[in-house]
Amino acid sequence: MFWQPGVRCVLTIFFFGVALSNLHAAQVQEFVLDNGLKVLLLEDHKSPAVTFQVWYRVGGRNEKDGKSGLAHFLEHMMFKGTPNTGPEEYSRIIAKNGGRSNAFTSSDMTVYFATMSREKIGIDLDLEADRMANALLGEQYFEPEKKVIQEERRLRTDDNPGSALSEVAGAVAFMVHPYRRPVVGWMEDIEKLTRQDLVDFYKLYYAPNNAFVVIVGDFSTDEILPKIRNAFEKIARDADAPKVSVQEPEQQGERRVILKKEAELPFLLMFYHAPNLQSADSFALDVLSVVLAGGRSARLYHELVYEKRLVRGVDADYSRVSVDPMGFSITAQLLPGIQPANVEREIYGSLEKIKSELITERELQKAKNQIEAAFIFDQDSIFGQAMKLGYYEITGGWRQLDAYLDGIRKVTREDIRRVARQYLDGDRRTVGTLIPTKQQ
Amino acid sequence: MTPKRTVLSNGMVLLTSEQRTLPMVSIELLMDAGSVHESAPQAGLANLTARLLTYGTKRRSALQINETLDFIGASLEAACGQDTASLSMTVLKKDLATGLELLADVLTQPTFPQAEIDRQKQAIIATIRATEENPGAVAGKAFAAAIFPQSPYGRPVEGTEATVKTLRQKNLQDFFARYYRPNRAIIAVVGDVSEQEIASLLNTALRSWAKGEPSAVTTVPVKIGPAKLVRVNKELTQANIVMGQSGVARDNPDYYAIQVMNYVLGGGGFSSRAMDSIRNERGLAYSVYSFFAAEKNHGTFEFVMQTKNESALEAIRIANDEIRRMREEPVSEQELNDAKDYLIGSFPLRFDTNRKVASFLAQVEYFKLGLDYPDRYADLVRNVNRQEVLRVAKQYLHPETLITVIVGNLKKIAEK
Repeated sequence: MFWQPGVRCVLTIFFFGVALSNLHAAQVQEFVLDNGLKVLLLEDHKSPAVTFQVWYRVGGRNEKDGKSGLAHFLEHMMFKGTPNTGPEEYSRIIAKNGGRSNAFTSSDMTVYFATMSREKIGIDLDLEADRMANALLGEQYFEPEKKVIQEERRLRTDDNPGSALSEVAGAVAFMVHPYRRPVVGWMEDIEKLTRQDLVDFYKLYYAPNNAFVVIVGDFSTDEILPKIRNAFEKIARDADAPKVSVQEPEQQGERRVILKKEAELPFLLMFYHAPNLQSADSFALDVLSVVLAGGRSARLYHELVYEKRLVRGVDADYSRVSVDPMGFSITAQLLPGIQPANVEREIYGSLEKIKSELITERELQKAKNQIEAAFIFDQDSIFGQAMKLGYYEITGGWRQLDAYLDGIRKVTREDIRRVARQYLDGDRRTVGTLIPTKQQ
Repeated sequence: MTPKRTVLSNGMVLLTSEQRTLPMVSIELLMDAGSVHESAPQAGLANLTARLLTYGTKRRSALQINETLDFIGASLEAACGQDTASLSMTVLKKDLATGLELLADVLTQPTFPQAEIDRQKQAIIATIRATEENPGAVAGKAFAAAIFPQSPYGRPVEGTEATVKTLRQKNLQDFFARYYRPNRAIIAVVGDVSEQEIASLLNTALRSWAKGEPSAVTTVPVKIGPAKLVRVNKELTQANIVMGQSGVARDNPDYYAIQVMNYVLGGGGFSSRAMDSIRNERGLAYSVYSFFAAEKNHGTFEFVMQTKNESALEAIRIANDEIRRMREEPVSEQELNDAKDYLIGSFPLRFDTNRKVASFLAQVEYFKLGLDYPDRYADLVRNVNRQEVLRVAKQYLHPETLITVIVGNLKKIAEK
């Protein structure tokens, strides 16, 4: 939500706390090359393709104030060629070989990926290794691409009321931590970025020891490992990139934000600071998000959408898998004529119930069933599985996947009540309201 | 993918593909019950009918349906388009019997309770309002209205606030009784279940579902709107642009040559001319693409992009140039081969998940492409040559008939 991924083509992915099964995690193989590049391999032969992803441990978090949008700009420029590959040729080569490619940037990571047949995936390996070490970031492409990024910002944020609200609320909910900055960058910052900024950033952060590779699909480990070594081993290890370690000070009082914008319907956003997967409470928080808005029979959905007819829909999202603690958000677009203050009151009323009375056993079991079913369905996609592995690895280690289902199954009704009391607390809350204005 | 096709005793076409590696089943059902069947004063009827299916049956209230689905972690979504309505279900294998029984229930026994009708009408009207703040959707709606005036294809599926308000329970019941019939339905079932097992389960679950009026075979002639400029003023930083005209129906034999031609023009992402001249060279847009939407009875060609208000007119001029260029010179040998290589090479990626296979099979049946379509596709594309591409460009791209829609800050757009 606050980390708005900036992508090359239209692709936005949000992953909150869903994981592979224990069985699958046991089938992942890990290798580490001498230059520090970690390689995660998961064979899966039910689909006719292979997805290859390069994850760089760099994102918006590594930027400085005044230079927001740099990591995302670099992601764009990575497609502008190397000494071996012309500008935009990377995408053309992948497409010509029947593949699909894209990339995205978030606050925590920059990821490049392609999906191709087993026979062709080796092509992508070589291209990715080449641009990890030799991207030209050509001067002649810099200004046009800056304009492209500014159009992207206009499309995704400036002309999108919900996103615009999210951006403002994020800057208030996080006072200090880099999560407060939009990944695409503030418009004025983008305008002032220079090519030298990109070159410095690339040299500092794009190295084999600051990245890892994830491959999922119809390949053979014995066949692909030598190809990976051949492509990547020659890239020299770099000095360790500086890690960003910023602690957001504890919030001790509600923050409120209003955004007035041309829109049709009011929008409400509530964000509560909460720990991430490093906390034992993260499983209960995950289950809580499903209890609140995981389906049409979930508490908030049923009350606000169905019974009281106040909102079009309501979402409860918990950012479990992030590098630093993010939080728990509740968002809703209001029906015409409804007052935001009323909806706020109703939501707090619902939350008070969860904090005082235990949810029913059936509600708890229902939420767990939904989570377990979802992660089987998620295995239907090799791309989805690769993304999950990547998210866990970036935030602390892919092996943490193993703990997920067990952790969920152990959550009790008392846990739900306890985490609701502890984290869905008004003093830790930022409330954003979009007030629609009408054009003249 | 190992597809099988059967016709059930009630006339419903069943397609299956066994995929045993995950204990899940994906179901896609298409019903010939789209908004094309409604009259203009009742715009939104097909959509409202589809929505109400999961909000109450003889056996279950809306709440019971919600609870049942959520408790087994399954999803059941009803949607409506211009030609067809659809029901999509994803369910764990262990809950297949429950899922199918529920699916059969909502498909054959909905009761359209008045309270639920009121709820959904309010929700749909809110959706119509919310769409106004989505500039791309506003542009799309304006384009459709201009290209297919006085036609169901020119109307939004949701209808308008005024027409939705007039819809009554009897309208829904009548529409349902006439158009929701097994011999108007296609169902694709993919996953951890065999063809025999699913055919048997469906025959049982749907045994009381009687045949009705079959789908009409005749095509409906559609009046095409003339070239014009449509401007919609909104307080935006970008102009949202749709330039388009009439296209082809899916069964037009030129479909494959058109796909190749469009790939070069604007469908090929970073391999397309539109992307090169509008995005890469000039930085005028982040998203720019073209497509031919080929439906059962009609089709469109559309060129879509968003650019800051101040560069709208320049971007439109360049788009026009690119369209013109496609008609004037043959594409290069490299462009032709790149297009064909992508279309053929990436074809398997269209069905690399259970859900995509279910959707794919339903579409193949709906457009009568034949179960051997995946085997024939490569040759259909391979046979396209440069002369064919030029011919279809001349035949189907007519810059002088383009309808151009601009949604944005008209004052800033005109200033340039």
